[in-house]
Amino acid sequence: MTTVPCKQLAGVIDQIENCDEIFHIPSNKEDEGMGLCAGAYMGGKRSAIIMQNTAIGVTINTLVTLIQYYHIPLPMLISYRGELGEPVACQVEMAVHTKALLSQLNIPTYHFHKADEVNELDAILEYCFMCKKPVAILTDASFWKGA
Amino acid sequence: MIRSEVLKALVPVISDQLVVCNIGLPSQELHLLDDQPSNFYMLGTMGLASSIGLGLALAQKQKVVAIDGDGSVLTNFGTLPTIANNVADNFVLLIIDNGSYGSTGDQPTYAGKKTSLAAVASACGCEHVVECEAEEVAATVQAALDSKQMTIIVCKCESGNIKVPVIDTDPVVIRDRFMKEVSSRNSS
Repeated sequence: MTTVPCKQLAGVIDQIENCDEIFHIPSNKEDEGMGLCAGAYMGGKRSAIIMQNTAIGVTINTLVTLIQYYHIPLPMLISYRGELGEPVACQVEMAVHTKALLSQLNIPTYHFHKADEVNELDAILEYCFMCKKPVAILTDASFWKGA
Repeated sequence: MIRSEVLKALVPVISDQLVVCNIGLPSQELHLLDDQPSNFYMLGTMGLASSIGLGLALAQKQKVVAIDGDGSVLTNFGTLPTIANNVADNFVLLIIDNGSYGSTGDQPTYAGKKTSLAAVASACGCEHVVECEAEEVAATVQAALDSKQMTIIVCKCESGNIKVPVIDTDPVVIRDRFMKEVSSRNSS
């Protein structure tokens, strides 16, 4: 599991760091993290990335020419900043493009808004590794408030 | 020596190793010189050979050689601190530093000017950083593989390219063939 920090996911990243069953390798940038994930997958591991939705802008080339081109499964647990409850106006600028970009890239996208939507996580992960595609799980502030 | 000659000299040393090879001409040259199921060719995504190589090295036991270029390391500079802080002693990163962006027409890189990639790797915390001349590359990579210590090699060579065909193998075929090789080596 590789992570690029987001304040909203700080607690999740702490748990990953302290979990003995998960190998955690922090990345400096999300495209680097996707490279690490691709390598770990080819080494026989189930890899995943945690990042902010702003990273969609950073990683489009990597998503298309590495993850999709080589059919590599990649769950992306994404902090969906810029939605209801957002205190930082600039975050909204990327939020308004997030779903459109994911849609343009034909990336299966799930939006966790209410706490009980987390029940789909296992099925989403299974689906991701079955179809060998990147899959986006957008988790917004309302979801984390109820979690 | 230019990069294709460096790769030619390397073939006897890396032919039986898992290799992740950088985008563009380096992959095309290696493919022409010594195509192996143990080679993963990058057809796109400049800069990520070292990240893919590190991820692969950390995930399994076989030795991994990532062949990168100075321009590609410059485009993914964040990789060096990540490598330094997540030591995989089965990982060798070979940076073939010809001081130019070879695949795009030999435009000069900053590594060919004031910037020393070996000094940067050391400053990032990489513990075994070796600089070598092109003529020494085979012996240097062999020594790094034998040392069983994660090693970053910066191999200086001249810029210049030979004419090579593009790789027309389907990326999924390259990946699948490589994964089967990785899996079989780890199970035997």
